Amino acid sequence: MTRVLPVVLVIALVAALPLLGDNYLLRLGTMGAMYAVMALSWNVIGGFAGYPSFATAAFFGLGAYTGAILQGAGVYMPLAWVAACLAAALFAGLLGLAILHLKGHYFAIASLVVAEVLLEITTSWTSLTGGGMGLNLPILRISVDAQARLFFWAMLALASLTLAMNWIVANHRLGFGLRCIRQNEDASGMVGINTTLYKVIAFILSAVFVGGAGALYASWVFYIEPPDVFATLTSVKPIVMALLGGAGTVLGPVIGAVLFLVMEELVWRNLLEIHAAALGILIVILIFFLPGGVLGLFKRRRKPAAPSRPLASAEAGR
Amino acid sequence: MTAILSLDNVTQRFGGLTALDAVSLDIAPGEVVGLIGPNGAGKTTLVNMVSGVYKPSTGTITFDGKRIDGLKSYQIARLGVARTYQVVQPFPEMTVLENVMSPATFAAGNLGVEAAQEKALEALRFCGLDEQAQMRASELTLAGRKRLELAKSLAMDPKVLLLDEVNAGLNPAEIDLALDLIRRISAKGVTIVIIEHLMKVVMNLCSRIVVLHHGAKIAEGTPAEVTSDPHVIEAYLGNRYARKQAGEAKEGADG
Repeated sequence: MTRVLPVVLVIALVAALPLLGDNYLLRLGTMGAMYAVMALSWNVIGGFAGYPSFATAAFFGLGAYTGAILQGAGVYMPLAWVAACLAAALFAGLLGLAILHLKGHYFAIASLVVAEVLLEITTSWTSLTGGGMGLNLPILRISVDAQARLFFWAMLALASLTLAMNWIVANHRLGFGLRCIRQNEDASGMVGINTTLYKVIAFILSAVFVGGAGALYASWVFYIEPPDVFATLTSVKPIVMALLGGAGTVLGPVIGAVLFLVMEELVWRNLLEIHAAALGILIVILIFFLPGGVLGLFKRRRKPAAPSRPLASAEAGR
Repeated sequence: MTAILSLDNVTQRFGGLTALDAVSLDIAPGEVVGLIGPNGAGKTTLVNMVSGVYKPSTGTITFDGKRIDGLKSYQIARLGVARTYQVVQPFPEMTVLENVMSPATFAAGNLGVEAAQEKALEALRFCGLDEQAQMRASELTLAGRKRLELAKSLAMDPKVLLLDEVNAGLNPAEIDLALDLIRRISAKGVTIVIIEHLMKVVMNLCSRIVVLHHGAKIAEGTPAEVTSDPHVIEAYLGNRYARKQAGEAKEGADG
């Protein structure tokens, strides 16, 4: 519990951000929380299970369109968000059964294509999605400040939920099984792990909150179009964030998401013309010098001092 | 006595290659059966089929009265068939203890963390690895990793243990230790099928030996019977040598 308390305090502090009354900061905070949702979600399939998924954009876009269409049909906004979570989860379950038997690069490419396919479908299915014209969402009849606060808190709540999910998975037999699968999938079957089931669950968990984030995003910006919500970058960014902070850890993706947001914002503001290149180089350098992410830095330093898990009998026997 | 594990007319084809050809085999509870044969004879294929890596092309495999051919490897593991790999397969980034906790957690019923840890420690002590419990699996020596494989299998509470060349690459002193370990596992009542190239091991451990050659079972019997079987000598040493030895044996009998 001593490790949970500081995290809860930090979340509470961040939740007090609207007190500063700066809507630019609030927008950044909402983006940061959204990034955290995506990085933490990717962490379950990519970090714990070691399956390099590029399907985040597919889940995000699917959630955005599910939410937008339902809200357009008059569904109460929070219900539309929940429905978007469920739609992404269901989609991930079916998709996972189809592509999770692929390994490594093959899986990565298969997952990358999914967003492209959905992009094509949404663009052509004009009667439902508005096609290339995009989709407008109902305007909320509350003040701009109230809107900024509402979406910030909603996104932060979703990020906290995703963090809690990561924590539970990491401390549950599911997390143990996923770590086994990452290190040696054949041996995992031999020690009694239902690898197919575990991978599909991990894939669903990596989708459910991203779908919600997509719907929240749609409600927040009031207008979505296919290339915006199915952007390939949406799949790539969470991977970079998780690697930055430390993939396969619980807090790493959050740290990575915040770091990424700060870098993106600083580089964008100061190097407008070459910001993409500068950000890319910065990321390559960071990942090159910090292979275990920011958290990996601490772990390596701490390790010789204290064994990760105390085991009095075996240690004393030496 | 009914067999705990039996293969009935099992054939495994890979494309045009018949890796195992209509092999039938019954293994009684508590037996230590040696599975020998030249390279490419189909020994590992047989283990892979029993442990659920492959589904046999034809034929049935029965374990403890239940058909297991076609089941997934995790299902077979949970029923109580453990195996080790010729090339050791640890979870390299985990500690030795965590490695052994994984089968205790997933295969040996629904154990909580403490119970799984207790079971894992017991298996580690049994295999003489308890002092390395907190080491990373990748830091172990080869002999250590082979013993880790055994400890992992034991933590599953197996009824049948399939050992695929657990002694390959070990020095004589390490082999003696491994032999003692396998004997103690057998003494616990675990049925063992052991693939082995080292005749010293097979002769010492096995009550019965099965010989595979080109995917077919060519001989079966006690170690003494098998080593004097002309088909076995032919498979290992060629037919000229087999004829010569048969001739010598005849001369000896005549004279």
